[in-house]
Amino acid sequence: MADTQVESPKKQEQVGGRGIGDDGALREFGSNLVQTPGRFRDSMIRHGTPTSSRTRSQAIFTNFFLHILPTRTHVHAIKAMTTLGLGVATFVLFLLLCITGILLMVYYKPSVDQAYGSMLDIMHVVPTGRLMRNVHRWSAHAMVFCVILHMARAFYTAAYKGRRQFNWVIGMSLFVMTLALSFTGYLLPWDQLAFWAVTIGANIAQSPQELTDVLGITSWFDVGRMQKELLLGAHHVGQEALIRFYVLHVMVLPIVTSVLIAVHFWRIRKDGGLVRPRSADEVPADHATPPAKSPPGKAVSPVTSAPLKTYGLMGLMHGKTPAVNRELRNTISTWPNVLYVIGAVSMVTVLAMLVLGMFFDAPLREMANPAVPENPAKAPWYFLGLQELVSYSAFMGGVGIPAIVVIGLALVPYLDREKEDTGIWFSGAQGRRVALWSVGFAVVVVVGMLWFTVSVGWLRDWESTAHVPQIVITIFNPGTVFVVVFALWSLFIVKRTNSTRMGAIGLFTCFLVGFAILTYFATVHRGPNWDFFWSESDWPVH
Amino acid sequence: MTPKQDQLTGAKRFKTPKTRRDFLGLAAAWSAVVALAMAMLGAMRLPMPSVFPESNSRVKLGTPERYAVGTKQYFPKHRLWLFRDEAGFHAISATCTHLGCIAVRNDDGTFHCPCHGSKFDAIGNVEGGPAPKALVWVQLTVSPEGWLVADTFKEVKQGTVLVV
Ligand code: HEM
Ligand code: FES
Repeated sequence: MADTQVESPKKQEQVGGRGIGDDGALREFGSNLVQTPGRFRDSMIRHGTPTSSRTRSQAIFTNFFLHILPTRTHVHAIKAMTTLGLGVATFVLFLLLCITGILLMVYYKPSVDQAYGSMLDIMHVVPTGRLMRNVHRWSAHAMVFCVILHMARAFYTAAYKGRRQFNWVIGMSLFVMTLALSFTGYLLPWDQLAFWAVTIGANIAQSPQELTDVLGITSWFDVGRMQKELLLGAHHVGQEALIRFYVLHVMVLPIVTSVLIAVHFWRIRKDGGLVRPRSADEVPADHATPPAKSPPGKAVSPVTSAPLKTYGLMGLMHGKTPAVNRELRNTISTWPNVLYVIGAVSMVTVLAMLVLGMFFDAPLREMANPAVPENPAKAPWYFLGLQELVSYSAFMGGVGIPAIVVIGLALVPYLDREKEDTGIWFSGAQGRRVALWSVGFAVVVVVGMLWFTVSVGWLRDWESTAHVPQIVITIFNPGTVFVVVFALWSLFIVKRTNSTRMGAIGLFTCFLVGFAILTYFATVHRGPNWDFFWSESDWPVH
Repeated sequence: MTPKQDQLTGAKRFKTPKTRRDFLGLAAAWSAVVALAMAMLGAMRLPMPSVFPESNSRVKLGTPERYAVGTKQYFPKHRLWLFRDEAGFHAISATCTHLGCIAVRNDDGTFHCPCHGSKFDAIGNVEGGPAPKALVWVQLTVSPEGWLVADTFKEVKQGTVLVV
C-alpha cells in the first residue's frame, strides 16, 4: 500500500506533454503490470492482514458477506452446547440444496411426459447426475431434521423470550417453508410415490369440505375445493400440478425462504446476539478491574461488560482511554474464532451429505400411473406422523391438528414471558425434571393410544358407534385426544410449578415425543392397506 | 404523554389522542394499504383456473345393448364401476372419498380402500374407516347417437338408475 502515493519525478517535469521517444509511460506501465496482483487485492480488501484487533474487526465489517456478524462475539455463543451448530448446519444445507438444485434444473423437464425420463437421465447418463440428485435428496431430509432440532434447541434454551420473541415467529415461518419446499419437491420425479403422495396431499387440502359439508355451506363456500384447485390447477394431479409445484419449488419458495433467512439472521444481531445465561456476563474473578456497582443483568458500560446490543467496532474505538484495544469482557474477536466454528460445522455438514450421497441412492419408483395406487403410498418421513392421524380422519389429522400445533408454537413466546433463566438448557434442574416427566407421560399416552387403535379399533369398528354422525369422526381423531391431553398436562404443570416456562417445556416435550413416536410408528409398523405389521418382512406379497 | 414501556422487550408504545391531521394521514396510509391488498388479491386470481384441463368429463361407455342385465364392469381409465340390473344402469366412482385412492370392489360386492382401510357397502355407503362420505354415483345418460355416456363430474343421488 505504501507505493500508491509515489509519483515518478520525471513525470512532474513534463507537465505540458510527453516528448517523443520518452519511455516514462512505458516503464510505468511495466511497473503497474508487476504491481497489479497486489493492487488488485488492496482494491478488493482495504485493510491489512487480520492480525490486530483493528484489522480483524475490519475483516468482518468491511466484508459484505461477513458484516452480518458482529466484530466481537460473546464467548458463550461459540460454545458447542449453546447452539450445537444446528442453525448453521440448516443454513449450509439450504445453500447445498440451492447449488445442487440449480444443477439438476439444467436437465430436469417439468412435463408429465418427460419428467420421469429426465430423472432416469440424471441417474444414469448425466455426469455426476446421480451424486447431485442423491446429495439434493439427502440434504432435503437433513434440512428438515436439523430445522426441527434447531427449533428444539431454541426452545429448550429459552431463546424465544424478550427481544427474541419475534425471531421465534420468523423461525416458525421458516419451519413451514422448509416443509413446503420438500413437499413440492416430492412431486417432481413423477414416479408412483410422488404421484400418490401428492394426490393424498391435495385431497388433504380439500378436506375442509368435511367441515363445510356438515355445516351445509359447501355449495357456496368451498374452501377445500378452492385450495385443491389452487394447488393442482385441475381436479387431478397432472401437468398443471407439475408446473405449479415446479414454480413453487424452484422459484417462489426458495426466494421467500432466502428473504426470511436474511431477516432471521439480521434480527439475531439486533436482538443482541445469541441468547446467553445471565451468569455468562459476570466478570471472571481473575479480572483486574472490579465490576462497577449496578443492578445485576444490566449493561454497565460498553467496555466493562458485553453490551446488550452488538455495536461492533464502536465499543472498541471509544477514544484514548485505557480500555481501547483491551478485549471487551467475555468477548472474543469474531475473526477468526467464530469463522472457524462456522467453517467446521459447514465442512462436517457437507461431508456428511457427500458420504450419504455417494453410498445411498435416492429412491425412484416406477413412473407415475394414475390407474394403480401405490400401496402403501407413504409420504416423506416427516409427514408420516400426520399421515397416521389422517388415517382416522382427513380434516383433523391433515389440517386441524397441524394448524393448532403451528399456531400454538408461534404463540409460545407471547404466552410464556417469564424472563428468568434464559440461555440455560431447560432453564435449570426443575425444567429437566419436567421434561423427563413429560417424555414419560407422552410415551404412555401416545403408545397407549396406538396400541388401543390397533388392537381394539376406532369409532367405526364398534357396534355402538359405527354410525355416529360424520362430524364426530371428523373431530374425534386420536390426534385431537393428544392435543387435549397434552394441553391439560401443560396446564397442570403450570399450576403445580407456578411457572409458565415449565408448562411450555411440558407441552413442547409432549409434542416432540408424540411427533417422534407417530413418525416411527407409521414408518416401521404401517404396511399395505395401512394395516399394522411388526416389520416390513411381514408384508403380504402381491 | 409518557410511553408505555414493555418490561421485557423494551418496546415503547405511544398512546396519543389523534388530531385531524393524523386522521387524514392515517386514512391516506390505510387507503394505500387496502389498494395494495386488493391488487394482490387481483393478482392471486390468476392461478385460480376457470377452465380445467379435464373439462371433457363425459366419457362414452359403448352402446347400452352391450351390457346384459347383471353386468358389473370396471373402467380403470375413468375409475368407474358400471352396473346393470333389472332396474337399469348405474355407475359408481371408485375414487375413495377419503383421500382419493382407488377403492377396490370385493367379491361380495362391497368396496374397500387400500390406503387407509375405508370400507363401503355394495351401493357405496361408508361402513368403516375414515372416509367422510359415500362413494359417488355418477350421472349416466344416453346420447342422441345412442351411446351410454357417463359424466364423471356430475354426481347423482344414490339409487338413481338409468332406464333404457
Ligand atoms: C431455514 C431454516 C432456519 C435457518 C437456516 C436458521 C438459522 C439460524 C442460525 C444460523 C441461527 C444462529 C444460532 C444457531 O446457529 O443455532 C439461528 C438462531 C435462532 N433461530 Fe433459526 N434457523 C431456521 C429456522 C428456525 C426455526 C424453525 C426456529 C423456531 C421456530 C428458529 C428460531 C431461532 C431462534 C429463536 C434463534 C435465536 C437463538 C438464540 O438467540 O440463541 N429458527 N437460526
Ligand atoms: S384414501 Fe381411501 S381410505 Fe384413505
